[in-house]
Amino acid sequence: MGNPVLEIANLRTSFSIKGNYHAAVDDVSLTVHENEVVAIVGESGCGKSALALSVMGLHNLKTTKLEGQVNFKGQNLLNLPVSKLNKVRGRDVGMIFQDPMTALNPLATVGRQIEEPMDYHMKLSRGAKKKRVLDLLRRVGIKNEQRVFKQYPHELSGGMRQRIVIAIALACDPVLLIADEPTTALDVTIQAQIMDLMKDLQNQIKSGIILITHDLGVVAEMADRVAVMYAGEIVEIAEVRELFANPLHPYTRSLLNSIPANMKAKEKLHVIEGIVPSIQNLDRTGCRFAPRIKWIAEEEHEMNPQLHEAEPGHFVRCSCYKNFHFPEERVGAETYVTT
Amino acid sequence: MLKFILRRTLIMIPQLLVLSLIIFLLAKAMPGDAVTSSFMSNPNVTPEQMEKMREKLGLNDSWYVQYGHWVGNAVQGDFGQSFTHKQPVTSLLAGRVGNTLLLSTGILIVTYIIAIPLGIIAGRWTDSWADKLIVTYNYFAFATPLFVFSLLMLFLFSFILGWTPIGGSVDIRIETGSFDYIVSKVKHLILPVMSGALLATFGTIQYLRNDIIDTKLKDFVKTARAKGVPESKVYTRHILRNSLLPIAAFLGYEITGLIAGSIFLEMIFSYPGLGQLFIQSVMGRDFTVVTALVMISGTAAIVGTMLSDIILSIVDPRIRID
Repeated sequence: MGNPVLEIANLRTSFSIKGNYHAAVDDVSLTVHENEVVAIVGESGCGKSALALSVMGLHNLKTTKLEGQVNFKGQNLLNLPVSKLNKVRGRDVGMIFQDPMTALNPLATVGRQIEEPMDYHMKLSRGAKKKRVLDLLRRVGIKNEQRVFKQYPHELSGGMRQRIVIAIALACDPVLLIADEPTTALDVTIQAQIMDLMKDLQNQIKSGIILITHDLGVVAEMADRVAVMYAGEIVEIAEVRELFANPLHPYTRSLLNSIPANMKAKEKLHVIEGIVPSIQNLDRTGCRFAPRIKWIAEEEHEMNPQLHEAEPGHFVRCSCYKNFHFPEERVGAETYVTT
Repeated sequence: MLKFILRRTLIMIPQLLVLSLIIFLLAKAMPGDAVTSSFMSNPNVTPEQMEKMREKLGLNDSWYVQYGHWVGNAVQGDFGQSFTHKQPVTSLLAGRVGNTLLLSTGILIVTYIIAIPLGIIAGRWTDSWADKLIVTYNYFAFATPLFVFSLLMLFLFSFILGWTPIGGSVDIRIETGSFDYIVSKVKHLILPVMSGALLATFGTIQYLRNDIIDTKLKDFVKTARAKGVPESKVYTRHILRNSLLPIAAFLGYEITGLIAGSIFLEMIFSYPGLGQLFIQSVMGRDFTVVTALVMISGTAAIVGTMLSDIILSIVDPRIRID
């Protein structure tokens, strides 16, 4: 593992709802090193995208409050004015977005859109820029790059467009790449292709990657370390092998237990009861996962759950993991897998 | 593109035929005819003479014969004689069309000059005091009837302040084409153009404002910011280009309006254009002129739709026509 590229310390991202600020990312600390892939997993609404957008400074500051620190190259990105932040975004940090159907400007050619970050961050002649773009297109696996260069986004398929989005993120050789659910909007075969591409690129570029996903398969394939988020907090963080071999937090265990691949046919699919609470209605005292594991006695939880180092490099929040068990006796109430 | 224009032009032929038929029948269905309106109040003309006149003018022929004559002549640019003005309709229109084009083009340009910056300001800084001011102005522009506003403008600037002429399109006794003539034309244009434009802005402002607010939240704008594009360039390069699409699409229809003219404005400012002629002709039952004018504005509407399509296909790659 190399030097730290990004250090997030006690980041709290709060959104204004009817005049009150509610934290969607709540006291998150995370370090990403050179050539390391840190995956952030969690259900929709757990704050993983809010975290990514906070690092990039892409929240609307009128309705968002950012606290804590995002240290990158010796400066706290949260304190930078937009003009200074623009020297970092697209240059040192690239971002891959979720939905390639909407992430590209419909009125500009592919070439133009990949060139754009170079206009602001690199001093290149027109010819050099074009050469670089064509090279990027080849690197993201586009074969007829000369043609695609002149095409508009609507002329390309979803998978192709996601390749373009990746090419844009890589345009200026960033040292940190943030991929916000890069495969969620794609269909399964294309997902696999894009994941292969991401892995290839990771081996080439050697930058730190934050991979946000709710696909545990993707995590197992790509990540070096995994942070599991629940209701705005990191509840468990560990090396990828360690996490899959020895998941501790009840939420992590429930997530892993919900993967259909682990089940035999006709067995009932495990479902985590309840839903992620919305940020206005979230009870911020005690263990946030407690309402979804009601069969665990209250005294098992901590009053003020902290991250504990259970194994070297393996952190888990709240003491409730110690005596956690699944409610096998309650299985009858759950959904059937139809075969 | 050429093929598209050709195809659209061919489709126009049946459209125009239907249009002309409707116009012709409507005109025929109106009570009275040119002979009645010309000689009704003249006691020296007996009903027999009027009947003879009708026979001579072909007004007693069956409708399809008359229609055939009318269309046949119209295709050759002959819309018949104006009964009130005693001159060919075509030359009558030709004398007026320039004025109307001048007035409408003026309104169109001034409208965009006012509306586009205001729309951009309101959309970019939503809920700022500037936005609130612009939206308030917009409500006024939308709610104020043109004839009331024009009368107020006329009263204030021409009657009380005397800054602009009361009416007409040019001072009399000025040599056509001289420098003074142009100055005089412009002077006569200012007030009607401003009156029309100040109210016509609401559509463009509202569209632009809403579209910018919409586009601001699109993912590709986020992509642009993530590239490190400076905020001003995010607007000019990404948001505005997308938000101007609906405005560009409307341009075609606006061009239609150029030809049809503004009836209210021309009446109130006694500006000798097509709109004023239209009202006068309806009042005087000058059917040849009315039908010609309706036919022309109908044609303009059809051509305008085609223009809109062409403009949109130029600015939006997603609807390229080939």
